[in-house]
Amino acid sequence: MIDNLPFLVVAITILLGLYAILLRKDLIKMIMGISLLESGVNLFLIALGYRWDSIAPIFTGAPSLAMVMPTVQALTLTSIVIGVATLALLLSMVMIIYRYYRTTDVREVTKLQG
Amino acid sequence: MDILFDNLPGLLIAIPLLGAFLTPLLSRAGDSVRNTWVLIITGLSSVCGLLVASRVLETGTIVYTFGVNTVSNIIPPDSGGIPIRIIFTIDPMNAFMLIIAAIVGFCITLYSVSSMEKLSGKDGFFTLVLLLIAGVYGMIATGDLFNFFVFLEISSLAGAALVAYRIDKGVAAEAGLKYAALSTIGGMLFLVGVGLLFAQYNSLNMAVIADRMQLTGLDIIAFVLFFTALAMKCGAVPMHFWTPDSYAMAPSAITAFLVVSSQASLYALFRVCFTLYGGQINPLTVGWVIIILGILSMFIGVTMAIPQKDVKRLMAYHAVSQTGYMLLGVGVGLAALSSTCLSQSIGIMALKGGLFHIMNHALYKGLLFLTAGVIFYRCGTRNLNQLGGLGHNMKWTMVFFMIGALAIAGIPPFNGFASKLMIYESTFLFNPLLAVIAMVVSILTLASFVKVFHSMFMGPKLPEYEDVKEAPTPMLIAMGILAILVVLFGIFPQQVVDALVAPAASALIDYQGYITAVLGGA
Repeated sequence: MIDNLPFLVVAITILLGLYAILLRKDLIKMIMGISLLESGVNLFLIALGYRWDSIAPIFTGAPSLAMVMPTVQALTLTSIVIGVATLALLLSMVMIIYRYYRTTDVREVTKLQG
Repeated sequence: MDILFDNLPGLLIAIPLLGAFLTPLLSRAGDSVRNTWVLIITGLSSVCGLLVASRVLETGTIVYTFGVNTVSNIIPPDSGGIPIRIIFTIDPMNAFMLIIAAIVGFCITLYSVSSMEKLSGKDGFFTLVLLLIAGVYGMIATGDLFNFFVFLEISSLAGAALVAYRIDKGVAAEAGLKYAALSTIGGMLFLVGVGLLFAQYNSLNMAVIADRMQLTGLDIIAFVLFFTALAMKCGAVPMHFWTPDSYAMAPSAITAFLVVSSQASLYALFRVCFTLYGGQINPLTVGWVIIILGILSMFIGVTMAIPQKDVKRLMAYHAVSQTGYMLLGVGVGLAALSSTCLSQSIGIMALKGGLFHIMNHALYKGLLFLTAGVIFYRCGTRNLNQLGGLGHNMKWTMVFFMIGALAIAGIPPFNGFASKLMIYESTFLFNPLLAVIAMVVSILTLASFVKVFHSMFMGPKLPEYEDVKEAPTPMLIAMGILAILVVLFGIFPQQVVDALVAPAASALIDYQGYITAVLGGA
């Protein structure tokens, strides 16, 4: 049961993120939702590779114990970097939108419709 | 020379990436130096793409492994048989997509060198263009799921930044935000799917996963996640809301390439259905889901297009509708191939029609968006109600628009007809109702483009466009290349189908061949 705790946290984080994306009316809060979603996915990847009572996958002078899976950690690192870039891009677009529209409410940012 | 040829798949990504990051540096030396540089880089990467494609069509699947001396060493000897290396797998299907990206990629750069001339901020623009091209090549060529995610994000980020590049009082930023947010959510869904597969099969390599695939409950969840994410990115109907916004607000040359980037997602969707879950998923169910998505996209896309006033927004809705044809063709292919009462040839023909339509769509839609770009460049508006009488001064643009419009409406002898005919014929044998809907949509498309043609080019000269000039030569050349290909593919469809499309279709069906090519018969 305790082994599955990380996955429970993952599910809660992802659901919170989706809630914020779908139901919040503010662009900044929606982007916070996207960020939460990203964190949830990253945590999911890390939790996949983790094994109890095992050591970090560094081979130099390592005791002969089980190691955690390094591949997912590499994936997570890449995914975090991509997440930062996405977040910066999204927030800069919101800044531009705020400069012209004077609002970040999705109900008013609707010049493109139909 | 040999080493250069052996490493062509690597250069495919390396050239545009290197070019992208050197562009801001070279811009210091002046505009003409940068323009030459950008043209050389895209020219080289297009040549590279075409060479790789021709080698694949001649000699069969190329598997390129990064970071080894001998190119064929995919599975490291000390890894216990686990392929941990990053590979590019290029089979005839990938080669087919590479050809599309190479042709359109070169044309749009040639076009934007001229269309961006009077505007500021060109350093960033061309850097992003090259990144977008690199991302799309990567999405097409890679044989590794996580790698696909990375290239998907590269192309989405570059694409979103380019959509928002002309801020246009914040409206373009709004479109860019939509595109970026949607791509990120799609990417995250895809990554969860990758994680689910990695957890079970200990690999990210598509061929290895396809080989070990067991279709457990988790695999089905992963399949749904992949399907949703990629259908979102290719603009199929329930998730199409970003397409008209971002296609309309992006600079025209970029829109032409965003079409290709959506098609790269479409390719990945087919790859997931046919290869990754090859022979495991229920082909009838998945086939019908794809068919229904296709029919919805076709119909809703075209009906939304008819009332539009903005010419690029109208074309964007048509792009959604044409994506429907590709989904329909491939969906019918998937469903008919599994059916016992229909002959295999119907399925193959539908599949070929769907794939051929991808290539044709990239060519004529690219051409149409480029002509819309010329109109905007010369007249400063995209509103159909304000345009008129342009045919007197812009003769070449008018001819190119006509070629594109007739091709998208499926009129012989243009390429749209060739692929649509294949889709109609096979779909009619599978389910006549689907073929009827497809033809009705085609007629509506023609109606819509007759209206556009009439309101833009026909009629007397309007006073405000009295001395409007023809497009500059580089833009005409770029449109000319696409127009010639549209006509050629329409006149000689059989040759194109035999040379490019048929190998692609059989490669897509033959998932065992894909696995064997990577794992070496293991």
